[in-house]
Amino acid sequence: MNEPIVKIRGLKKNFGSLQVLKGIDMDIDQGQIFALIGASGSGKSTLLRTINQLEEVTEGEIWFDGELVNQKLPHRQREAHLNRLRQNIGMVFQHFNLFPHLTAIENVTMAPLMLGRVNKAEAIEQAKKLLDKVGLSDRGDYYPSKLSGGQKQRVAIARSLAMNPKLMLFDEVTSALDPELVGEVNRVMKALAEEDMTMIIVTHDLRFAEDVSDHVIFMADGLVVEEGPPSLVFRAPQEDRTKSFLQQVFND
Amino acid sequence: MDFALIGRIWPFFAEAAWVTIEVSMLAIILGLILGFAAALASLSRNVLLRWPARAYVSVFRGTPALIQLFLLYFGGPQIGINLGPFEAGVIGLGINIGAYMCETIRGAILSVDKGQTEAGRCLGLGQAQVMRRVILPQAARMMVRPLGVNAIALIKGSAIVSTISVLELSYTAHRYISSTYKPFEMFILASIFYLAIVTVFSFGVKKIDERVALES
Ligand SMILES: Nc1ncnc2c1ncn2[C@@H]1O[C@H](COP(=O)(O)OP(=O)(O)OP(=O)(O)O)[C@@H](O)[C@H]1O
Ligand SMILES: [Mg+2]
Repeated sequence: MNEPIVKIRGLKKNFGSLQVLKGIDMDIDQGQIFALIGASGSGKSTLLRTINQLEEVTEGEIWFDGELVNQKLPHRQREAHLNRLRQNIGMVFQHFNLFPHLTAIENVTMAPLMLGRVNKAEAIEQAKKLLDKVGLSDRGDYYPSKLSGGQKQRVAIARSLAMNPKLMLFDEVTSALDPELVGEVNRVMKALAEEDMTMIIVTHDLRFAEDVSDHVIFMADGLVVEEGPPSLVFRAPQEDRTKSFLQQVFND
Repeated sequence: MDFALIGRIWPFFAEAAWVTIEVSMLAIILGLILGFAAALASLSRNVLLRWPARAYVSVFRGTPALIQLFLLYFGGPQIGINLGPFEAGVIGLGINIGAYMCETIRGAILSVDKGQTEAGRCLGLGQAQVMRRVILPQAARMMVRPLGVNAIALIKGSAIVSTISVLELSYTAHRYISSTYKPFEMFILASIFYLAIVTVFSFGVKKIDERVALES
């Protein structure tokens, strides 16, 4: 049995006196698709953001690919460590965060070029492939301001993939989209899931979570309340809090 | 209005206007360099950079430019800084406007959405790389106009270097007043030149602003 690619032990996170994560344990195997669900404020984003250290950890351990993510290091070494780590962890945000001064294709080629991964011709070729993969081969020369929300989000996914990450983090990537644009982004994620990418998807879209994931984690108040395969968590939840959450969401 | 007099002496004002332009442009360049350096330093996590940058801004925005200029020009020799009027004017004005430009540049950098930095860092880019390729190109667009406002304030404020006898517009106006006793004409003439300089400069700023706003 291989080591899990992500291993979280006793993770706690405080913002000042507010404890947002209260002791999380998690193992994610290579190729697994995790869906992270739970009410607003339950700590889903914070958990996701500690994995690539956009948020520092208060207590506990996060391991990624056999390496302790939150090691105590002097500033310079820590920066180098994080840069290396983050090159292997893609992240996609609710509000896209595309670089508005760059075209779609430049958004995709920027990091691989700056980090010296590839030369210019290779970067462009790879970016074209990725844009094609997310269905935007004809939009490479568009600036983000000329793209729809769904198109922006697909460029953002392509941008992350350009670094060939081993893990992809998605934080409510369809929440800011008009309903009719959600499908095109979900399809891209679904295709990625089928290629054996390891993914953690924070979402309020429970139907999509059920469809795409092979493991669901329900969080409440900074703790994992219930987890398991989607068929169990969604169809036969054990905990009262899960039941009432699901009832609330599905009744909306 | 003594138009005959104006007709005779305006070429001397034109020459003086050129000095005003030179002093102002050199001071603006110096101010931009200092402003950029101070803005980056003030955003650094290193207190040895941050603290001096903040002190620079507080001191030079918190005291009169005229006093700063006098300190440099008249007080300088006492501590071994001997500058001619022109050099002192450029340096004095440049250091002063740099403090204002620092705040403008810093404000523009801070106004770039935090998500941009996060997106850059998430790709594995370092802090300096993100600053250079993600933040500054966006901040630059936002700082053109406010830096233009700083620069125009400097052009008009450059009149104070007349007090250390730089032969620019205001100084020339004063000089001709004492020989012609026609302050009204002289100040009108000087004003026309200032207005012309500022108008051309504003137009240039507007063009640059349109240019950088174009793509995206
Ligand atoms: N930078 C911060 N400083 C202080 N408190 C924060 C910060 N970020 C998040 N919080 C708080 O932490 C708690 C958990 O936030 P988090 O964003 O992780 O929740 P979430 O489950 O992602 O919610 P949502 O579904 O609304 O995105 C909230 O109470 C939030 O107010
Ligand atoms: Mg969230």
